[in-house]
Amino acid sequence: MVATQETIDKVKEVSSTYKYGFVTDLEAEKAPLGLSEDIVKFISHKKKEPKWLLEWRLKAYKKWLSMEAPNWAMVDFPKINFQDIYYYSAPKTKPKLNSLDEVDPELLRTYEKLGIPIKEQEVLAGVAVDYVFDSVSVATTFREKLAKEGIIFCPISEAVQSHPELVKKYIGSVIPISDNYYAALNSAVFTDGSFVYIPKGVKCPMELSTYFRINEQNSGQFERTLIIAEDNTYVSYLEGCTAPQRDENQLHAAVVELVAMNNAEIKYSTVQNWYPGDKDGKGGIYNFVTKRGNCLGKKSKISWTQVETGSAITWKYPSCVLKGDDSVGEFYSVAVANNAQQADTGTKMIHIGKNTKSTIISKGISAGKAQNTYRGQVQIQKNAKGSRNFTQCDSLLIGDKCGAHTVPYINQFTPHARVEHEATTSKISEDQLFYCLQRGLDTEQATSLIVNGFCKEVMKELPMEFAVEAQKLIGISLEGSVG
Amino acid sequence: MSLLEIKNAKLKLDDKDILKGLSLSVNSGEVHAIMGPNGSGKSTLSYMLAGRDGYDLESGEVFLEGQSLSDMEADERARSGLFLAFQYPVELPGVGGMSFLREAVNTRRKFLGEEELDHLAFVKEARKVASKMFVKDEMLKRAVNVGFSGGEKKRFEILQMAMLKPKVSILDETDSGLDVDALKIVSDGVNAQRNDENAIVVITHYQRLLDYIVPDFVHILSDGNIIKSGGPELALEVEKNGYAGLINAA
Ligand SMILES: Nc1ncnc2c1ncn2[C@@H]1O[C@H](COP(=O)(O)OP(=O)(O)O)[C@@H](O)[C@H]1O
Ligand SMILES: [Mg+2]
Repeated sequence: MVATQETIDKVKEVSSTYKYGFVTDLEAEKAPLGLSEDIVKFISHKKKEPKWLLEWRLKAYKKWLSMEAPNWAMVDFPKINFQDIYYYSAPKTKPKLNSLDEVDPELLRTYEKLGIPIKEQEVLAGVAVDYVFDSVSVATTFREKLAKEGIIFCPISEAVQSHPELVKKYIGSVIPISDNYYAALNSAVFTDGSFVYIPKGVKCPMELSTYFRINEQNSGQFERTLIIAEDNTYVSYLEGCTAPQRDENQLHAAVVELVAMNNAEIKYSTVQNWYPGDKDGKGGIYNFVTKRGNCLGKKSKISWTQVETGSAITWKYPSCVLKGDDSVGEFYSVAVANNAQQADTGTKMIHIGKNTKSTIISKGISAGKAQNTYRGQVQIQKNAKGSRNFTQCDSLLIGDKCGAHTVPYINQFTPHARVEHEATTSKISEDQLFYCLQRGLDTEQATSLIVNGFCKEVMKELPMEFAVEAQKLIGISLEGSVG
Repeated sequence: MSLLEIKNAKLKLDDKDILKGLSLSVNSGEVHAIMGPNGSGKSTLSYMLAGRDGYDLESGEVFLEGQSLSDMEADERARSGLFLAFQYPVELPGVGGMSFLREAVNTRRKFLGEEELDHLAFVKEARKVASKMFVKDEMLKRAVNVGFSGGEKKRFEILQMAMLKPKVSILDETDSGLDVDALKIVSDGVNAQRNDENAIVVITHYQRLLDYIVPDFVHILSDGNIIKSGGPELALEVEKNGYAGLINAA
């Protein structure tokens, strides 16, 4: 309540001074605490957005007010006070540390295990660095190369200015503002994210990674990404950084929209390893993401690959809407939950066009007291004749206090389609552990080997370098869970 | 020099006495055979030596190269040079044979203070050893023991032994489930590793294996104890009179 009052006061204060009903003081680092129509205006104004976008945000905000937070997921957490969150803060407001000595030793230990060079460790941990970080120059050459192909890869806030017609046409076209509670919230207050446009006939010559986008740091809790692949294109996009980043924000509600035209292929890979909280789940990130791809064109293909090891709570269902005939949707997922982590994740495959195909491979690993749920929907609509889905959900339990749950929904509205679902649950057996130990491996090496073996089908979908680090991360996040 | 020394080992499983004061001394360069009927405690002995959870000694002690094993976990014992070829090798779904071998070999090398092998050097070495064991490349790409035939499993065990170069190897019924051709391949693999620096303990139910791996000493295990020891001729006695004759005589 105190928070709400602070917001009201601050907004009142600035509203009386400026004609938009508020601030043009661009030096302001933060919007006042809390969420209101004025805060939405504040964000839009800060970003010098066109009127249509402000209106779009306001519509989303009104919609959000009329919605209820979803409660169907198998996750349990205290009610979020949305008035106790800052919705806008200018870049680089992370408290600066003077040296690595001030960084959480646990974090440093993880960096070391991942083999991250000292310089990068400093940047990731938010230590003030006075030299130019290598990736800045890398990013520049990177951009030039892409521009030559006509590819647009920039922050979405920049795209709003430089390519408003594209943003206007596609934003919210895959995930409408009314889609769900968190998507509506994101639409109202998103701060930044990536924009990718692949023009007709272009195969993107390199993996696009947020890592190379300099101002990516601090794009905030409400990230918004939009990727458009025109006819006959290919693009592979890597989201996230394999090293855990320090982050004080508790709630993350991102939106990712993908659009694939005729014969276009989008491969979207994520490694998510935000802070999971302590052993009791205290202080971890709540990750409530909406990700969806529209296979609009014939023979288009969208493939989601995710390795989720972090966050206290993960609520995430990357989905494919298969509109174009012969289009293909894929979902490959590894979700690890240890200690008090809760993961409720899966996918939706909506078959609309003829002969559409989808594959779902989900590997859930639970340890400690963690709960891990696969929730998936496969819908075959009336006209989707000749369509096929194959789903495989495997769960691996480590210890006997954790849980794995599989919740598949299948709606089939034509008999001319085939849907297959397979599910298994297994444990790391004492026999397996002893066999590995007898070969000289310690318990952690053994667990890591067995777990990575379990995830193999998904890991091989990740780009090589990413896969190697993702493997190490899984090992790290399961440390101490066996023996 | 004594590589393995078992002194008066007593062990209970589920409150039942399984090993009842067993002693055995194995010197470098020697091959010992332990023969016994089903249920005599052969696998229990091998698990006890390897340090499996739940197989702690009630009393007695075991020494590897003079070092007591009482405070060493299974993985430490293995890194120190104790190898067990399993009677029933365990499946590791998704874990590629080559990666498994490499992890094991490099862990042991690290322990010995040797340089770890890089991917290429390792693959070269593994292929060389594998071809001697008639293990095809294709088998090393498969997941460890998954879908292997009985013979393939045993060959893969001996391949691991050859790669790890242990001081003391315990082979638990390595002959079970093998036809004559496979038995010959596996035995050749074992014989190739006999030298003055190491020792091998062959555990078997049948004398047949000892035609191929000729032991220096044979011990008869019955009801948790060694009731008779001798040279290779003792194995032939078992073949002729069965265990019953020997046990009754003891
Ligand atoms: N986990 C166990 N709990 C209780 N008794 C066991 C256990 N494992 C084996 N035994 C018993 O110990 C004895 C020796 O078994 P084992 O060592 O497997 O014999 P062998 O390998 O010589 O056939 C048998 O009587 C068997 O039933
Ligand atoms: Mg046995």
